[in-house]
Amino acid sequence: MRNSSNSRADLVQLKEAVANLPTGNAPPILSEILEALGRLVDRAEPTVIDLGAIPFTGGDEKVLQEVLGNGEVNAVLDAMGESHIQETGIPGVWRVDHSDPKGEVQSRFIEITFVPDILKTQSEDALRGQEILAERLSERLRATN
Amino acid sequence: MSSSPLLPKMMKAHGVSRRSFLKYCASLTSLMALPPAMAPRIAHALETAPRPSVIWLSFQECTGCTEAITRSSAPSLEELIFDSISLDYHHTLQAASGYAAEQAREEAMKEHHGKYLVIVDGSIPLDEPGFSAIAGISNLDMLKETAEGAAAIVSVGTCAAYGGLPQANPNPTGAVAVSDIIKDKPIINVPGCPPIPMVMTAVLAHYLTFGIPDLDELGRPKAFFAESIHDRCYRRPFYDKGLFAESFDDAGARAGWCLYKLGCKGPTTKSVCATVKWNDSTSFPIEAGHGCLGCTEPDFWDNGGFYKPLSAPAGEYRRMGQAALVAGVAAGIGGGYLAKKNKAKAQADHETVDAFTLEKEESES
Repeated sequence: MRNSSNSRADLVQLKEAVANLPTGNAPPILSEILEALGRLVDRAEPTVIDLGAIPFTGGDEKVLQEVLGNGEVNAVLDAMGESHIQETGIPGVWRVDHSDPKGEVQSRFIEITFVPDILKTQSEDALRGQEILAERLSERLRATN
Repeated sequence: MSSSPLLPKMMKAHGVSRRSFLKYCASLTSLMALPPAMAPRIAHALETAPRPSVIWLSFQECTGCTEAITRSSAPSLEELIFDSISLDYHHTLQAASGYAAEQAREEAMKEHHGKYLVIVDGSIPLDEPGFSAIAGISNLDMLKETAEGAAAIVSVGTCAAYGGLPQANPNPTGAVAVSDIIKDKPIINVPGCPPIPMVMTAVLAHYLTFGIPDLDELGRPKAFFAESIHDRCYRRPFYDKGLFAESFDDAGARAGWCLYKLGCKGPTTKSVCATVKWNDSTSFPIEAGHGCLGCTEPDFWDNGGFYKPLSAPAGEYRRMGQAALVAGVAAGIGGGYLAKKNKAKAQADHETVDAFTLEKEESES
């Protein structure tokens, strides 16, 4: 076996190299995305792919990024930690990455859809918005009277 | 003891938006290894499912499981999920004591007969009922009585799931697992010493939304116990390269090399510790520099020592004892047999294990 004579720099390099080694899972995911895009175009049927369900390393992410690129929309959701919702350079293909309040990635998805559901205001939240705004307005009214 | 869905009300009270809740459900779906399209269904079920009555029984245990499960940072959705069940009896957490407490359990059993969920932590002593009793009722009687009208049982922690520490050799109380006593109810084992809080809440969420999850041969939900810690360990690349820490203070240990040779049980232990982690995803034992003890596996206390590499023969003390007994009684050569076996074992124990042997063993197995 190799002993501990390896220098720290080598080790860091090795660590990075291993973490970024592509598993080869990016090409099949890309084909899956193409097929899902077909369903979206033909039947307006959305698809969600969970990247946490398969081994997917930094190397695979790189391949994905190279092919998909950056698109026009880049949104940050601030709800129990940040979520990054980005349309890729392929319209209709979105990246949805959820992090917890500490910034640790909780889940990673690719959504093939016209707009990810999580971006829309939920009707329950809109209802609460209505209540809050009404309350604020009546408070203002009371304060000015 | 309301059975109406409370989650929407709770969310409002805690200032949690529905969008946050959907985000949580999406991550929960990923964690439970369910198809992502299930997320809206989970959200819907969590919001509309009536709060099932839960009776929590604590037997021969250290309260570590309750400590772990209740220590989620407040306010968190894990708490909300806890609030979406009606915890009708938990003698550590409830305010009532004595007759009032036992009455709460009896009432819940009567009112929700056939529908309530029983959560058990701790093992059950069979040798002498008096070893562990609550309100004068032995653990065995209480378990049988409460399980009778249960829809399902969740065995929380390694003690309830397999007997755990109380069952460790020489098992002075005759401790057994819940599944050794109850044979006619679905039992979900959530082992760990203690189990990961998130795993516990996710199992409850799964029960609320889809009923009993898929279980492995040891009764554990496959979503959390299908892969070994080794499979997902961030130190795995060092194992693959043959880079091992030889002691807890050598250069390898400081550089974060694989802890296999220091007795890490990660390769034979199934759990999501390496991915879900502990204390709000802060760390897990291997990340803190100590090998995995294997606490989600049966008999982990008796598996030959926490600091012996897996490649060294395991203790299997209990089985060794039985072998000696059988050999001794049957042929009168037990002593000789055991001496020979011990010698071989001693030699094997002192063999130096290197990465190549390990790889060879791995490829042969």
